[in-house]
Amino acid sequence: MENLVEVVSILGAVVAVSFGAIMPAFSEGRAIAAAMEAIARQPEAAGTLSRTLFVGLAMIETMAIYCLVIALLLLYANPFTG
Amino acid sequence: MEGSPLAVDIVFQLGSVPISRAVVTTWAIMAVLFVFLSIALRRPVAKAGPVQAALEIVVTTIAAQLREILGRDPWPFLPLLGSLFIFLVLANLAAILPGATPPTGHIETPAALALIVFLSVHFFGIRARGGWQYLRHYAEPNLFLLPLNILSELTRTFSLMIRLFGNMMSHEFVIAIVVFLAGLLVPIPFLLLGILIGIIQAYIFTVLATVYIAAAVGAVEA
Repeated sequence: MENLVEVVSILGAVVAVSFGAIMPAFSEGRAIAAAMEAIARQPEAAGTLSRTLFVGLAMIETMAIYCLVIALLLLYANPFTG
Repeated sequence: MEGSPLAVDIVFQLGSVPISRAVVTTWAIMAVLFVFLSIALRRPVAKAGPVQAALEIVVTTIAAQLREILGRDPWPFLPLLGSLFIFLVLANLAAILPGATPPTGHIETPAALALIVFLSVHFFGIRARGGWQYLRHYAEPNLFLLPLNILSELTRTFSLMIRLFGNMMSHEFVIAIVVFLAGLLVPIPFLLLGILIGIIQAYIFTVLATVYIAAAVGAVEA
């Protein structure tokens, strides 16, 4: 198999994106649920809460974006193929 | 669908320097901002006209947001952070103009902006606290945390860059895939989502830069 590197790279990209999406999705769901609860309890704090929520979501989402960048590097800028 | 989302498309050569489409878009945004603002604010008056009033609303809104995060007078930081936000919004929304590519979708522009934020954090920190005091806050609460503090300084700049780049680039890529698959009208919801993502990413980049500067000048612990 002379194109083993390509095959493994595609599999690696698939695994990176799929597993890299699971945990950020879970934790974003938890963060949003907690923020919803807090806003329902204290509507006057909605401004501060939503700003903190956005920043936190961006932090969490960065992990998924890292995985996506790795996957795209594997697919389009693979250093191990010619 | 051809080409990778990481490739740079060259518009023309300037001497021996290749000029990419992202650079052209960046300079177009800067030229539009410069010309528009210098015409609109050529003679600022106390009783503002509609254009000047709209611009004043933008500036005072950004200043109020910064004041909430910084917990101090935002005006020394407004030239940097305000222009960062306005440039990022325009740069991210450049995707909806045909022929323009968002410069933030290529690694160079986010890298330059993150470097600006990285340097200005130290600038504002040293100016607010003095050199020795500022250096000492890396050894807090404990000297053992010094390597971790320095490491986090570098990684947060890196993640600032990758976050903006990854979001904008992946969005461009998704639109390219959808256009390739489904042609007319189907990409429109994705373009609308792109406007939302662009504005949110500009907001997040600015808020994070503000939080880093706030931590450096010592208003909040972070």
